Amino acid sequence: MEFLPLKIADRKDMAQRKMWKEMTVTSDGHHLNPTYVYKVVLLGSMAVGKSSLAFRYVKNSFRETMPTVGCSFFKQMIRLETANIMFEIWDTAGQEKYHSVCHLYYRGARAALLVYDISRKETFNRAKLWLRELEKDFLHDEIMIILVGNKTDLVTEREVTSEEGKEFARSKGLLHAETSAKSNHQVTDVFMAIAQKLLQQEQQKETMPVQSQSWKKSHVDLRAPNSNQIKKCCKS
Amino acid sequence: MEQISKDFSELSTQLTGMALDLEEEMRQSKEDKLDLSPQTCRRDSVLSGKEEEDVTMDAWRMHQKHVFVLSEAGKPVYSRYGSEEALSSTMGVMMALVSFLEAEKNAIRSIHADGYKVVFVRRSPLVLVAVARTQQSEQEIAHELLYIYYQILSLLTWTQLNHIFQQKQNYDLRRLLAGSERITDNLLDLMARDPSFLMGAVRCLPMAAGVRDAVSASLQQARAKSLVFSILLSRNQLVSLVRKKDQFLHPIDLHLLFNLISSSSSFREGEAWTPICLPKFNSSGFFHAHISYLEQETDLCLLLVSTDREDFFTVSDCKRRFQERLRKRGVYHALQEALRTPFYSISQVGIPDLRHFIYKSKSSGLFTSPEIEAPYVSEEEKERLLGLYQYLHSRAHNSSHPLKNIYFTGPNENLLAWVTSAFELYVCYSPLGTKAGAISTVNKLMKWIRKEEDRLFILTPQTY
Ligand SMILES: Nc1nc2c(ncn2[C@@H]2O[C@H](COP(=O)(O)OP(=O)(O)OP(=O)(O)O)[C@@H](O)[C@H]2O)c(=O)[nH]1
Ligand SMILES: [Mg+2]
Repeated sequence: MEFLPLKIADRKDMAQRKMWKEMTVTSDGHHLNPTYVYKVVLLGSMAVGKSSLAFRYVKNSFRETMPTVGCSFFKQMIRLETANIMFEIWDTAGQEKYHSVCHLYYRGARAALLVYDISRKETFNRAKLWLRELEKDFLHDEIMIILVGNKTDLVTEREVTSEEGKEFARSKGLLHAETSAKSNHQVTDVFMAIAQKLLQQEQQKETMPVQSQSWKKSHVDLRAPNSNQIKKCCKS
Repeated sequence: MEQISKDFSELSTQLTGMALDLEEEMRQSKEDKLDLSPQTCRRDSVLSGKEEEDVTMDAWRMHQKHVFVLSEAGKPVYSRYGSEEALSSTMGVMMALVSFLEAEKNAIRSIHADGYKVVFVRRSPLVLVAVARTQQSEQEIAHELLYIYYQILSLLTWTQLNHIFQQKQNYDLRRLLAGSERITDNLLDLMARDPSFLMGAVRCLPMAAGVRDAVSASLQQARAKSLVFSILLSRNQLVSLVRKKDQFLHPIDLHLLFNLISSSSSFREGEAWTPICLPKFNSSGFFHAHISYLEQETDLCLLLVSTDREDFFTVSDCKRRFQERLRKRGVYHALQEALRTPFYSISQVGIPDLRHFIYKSKSSGLFTSPEIEAPYVSEEEKERLLGLYQYLHSRAHNSSHPLKNIYFTGPNENLLAWVTSAFELYVCYSPLGTKAGAISTVNKLMKWIRKEEDRLFILTPQTY
C-alpha cells in the first residue's frame, strides 16, 4: 500500500524537531529549566492496547476504546527537577491498511513503545516484525525501543510469559516492561523511564558533545535561546 | 409561489456540486432490470438454501436488509450481519449467479421475489449485493450499495483497490478492511434513519446567520497552504464549510466524512491524523485529515483536509488559530447556545395540519427538516415516515415516469412531493386535511422557509 512520496524539505524539518530544546525565560530574563521536546511513538498490532496506554498515561483513566483511525496525537508535559519534558505521543493504528503510513508517524521518534498483548501470542510474534521495520529506519542508538507486554490483568489468559518477553528484549537490546492500561499497572513508570533515559542521554551529550554526532540523519542541534523559536518550529 | 421557487434557485450556497452523476449511474443500471415472476423465484431458494441455514437463526433472517460485498472471485469482503466466514458459501452462490447471468450477456441487477428484493451492483473488482425486505425501490437500494462501495474506496482508493486485484485475483480484502467494519455498519444504520442520504444533501445546524458568518470567517482565517477543506460539524450537521477556490466537495464525500466521524469515539481523544480518500473528488489519491473535537464534552468536531501528509503541525496550528479567532470574536458562547437546540419544532411554522417536511435546495446541496415529533415517536414509526419519503422520492425520480407533483393519501397521513429544478419539497400532513388544503399551505411553508433561510442554510459560503 503506497502513499505519496516524502517531501525532502519537510524531512529535514522533522529531523530538527526531535532535537528541540526550549529554554523558558522569565520576565526578568532568568532561565528556568530547559524544556525538551521528544517524539514517542506507540506501535503494535490491532487491539493490543496502544490507545488505552496513551489514554491511561495522559488522562489517567481507562475506557472502552475503538480502533484508531490513522493516528492520534497527544501532548504531555512532565516537570522534573532539572528539566521539563514535552512528550509528543503518536499513537498509531494497528490496522494493516495503515502500515505504510506508519513510517511517516515514527520518523524522528526518540522512543518507541512496541506493544503486544500478553494474552495473544500472535501479537508478540508480530512485534518482532515491527521491530524489523524499525531497524530499517533507525540506527540502534538513534531510538530507544521498549517492548511492552500489555494486559497483565488478564492473568488466566496469558499466552506470553514474562520470561519470553524479557529474553527476546535482551537478545535485541531492547528495554522490556509489562503493563496493564486497565488496572493502571506500570504505565506511568514506562513513560517516566523513557523521560529519565532521554534526559540522561541529553546530559551525556552536553558533557561529551562529540558523541552526539552519531545520528544517522544529519540534523542541526538548535538550542533555542528563548521560547519564541520553538513556536516557529511548530508552525513551519 | 413561482417567485419563491425562483428565489430559492438563486440561493448562492454553492458548497458542492450536485449528486447528479449518481442519479445518472442509477438510470443506466435501471435498464438491466430482471423481474422474476413467481415460478422463477425458485432461484431464491438457492440464496436461502442449506448453507445459509447453518449461519442463521431466525433473527438473522428477519433483518430488514442484508448487505454483502464480495470480490469478483467470489471471496467475501463484508457482510452486515454474521461473520463473512460463515457466509462465504452464500457469497459464492451469489457470485455464481452474477457470473452466470453475465455470461448470458444479461447483467443481473435485481431479483424481485415475495416480500423482498435482491439487488446487485457491480463495480469491478467488487460486487455488492443487498437482500432487502424494505419498501425501497431497487434504485434506492442500489444507491445505498454505491455508498458502501464509495465507503470502501475512501479507505483504500480506487487505484489501490484495482492494483491489489490485478496482482492477485483471489486476494482476501478483509485483511485490509479489518478494523473498519464498524464504519460500514454505521453507514448502513445511518442510511436507514437519516434522510441526508436519500436527499443527497447535507443538513446544517440551525443558527443565527451572524454567528455562522463569524465562525466561517474564523475558519477562513485559520488557513494553510495545504488545506483544501475546513469543516466544522456537530453530530452529522454542518456548521460551516470553507473550501479552496474552485474546489467543490461532493455531498457523498461529505457524508462519508460525517459517517467516519460519527462511527468512532476514538476521535474524542487527542488529534487524529489520517489518510482518507474522497472518492467523488479524486478516487486515486489520499488526502490527510486532521480530526479533533473542539472541547471535551461538546459535539463540535473540526475536520481539516490537507493535501500534504507531512503537514500535521501546520494543520494542527490552524486548529489553535481557529479557536483563538472564535474567542476573539466572542462567538464561542453563541455557538454553544446553538448546539443546545440542534432541531426546530414544526409548530414554529404555524400550520395546523403540518407534521413534518424535508426541503432541499438543489444548488447548495443542503436540506432542512424539523425535528420528527409525535406521532412518529418510536423508532419503527420514524423509520416508517422515512420509508414514506423514500417512496415519494422514488416515485418522483422514477427514470421512466418522473413526476413533479405527487399527492399521496394514506390511512395515517397525507403526503405531498414537489420537485422543481431548484428544490425538492416533501411534506407530511395529518390524515384529516384535504388536497386543496395541503396545496394552499405549501405556499405558507415556502414563505416560512424563505424567512428562516439564513438560519437554516449557509447563504454565504467562504473560500480561502
Ligand atoms: N483487560 C485489558 N484490556 C485492555 C487493556 N488495554 C486495552 N484493553 C482493551 O483492548 C481493546 C483494544 O484496546 P485499544 O487501546 O483500542 O488497542 P489499540 O492497540 O489502540 O488498537 P488499534 O488502535 O486498533 O491499533 C479494548 O477493548 C481495550 O479495552 C488492558 O490493560 N487490560
Ligand atoms: Mg488505538
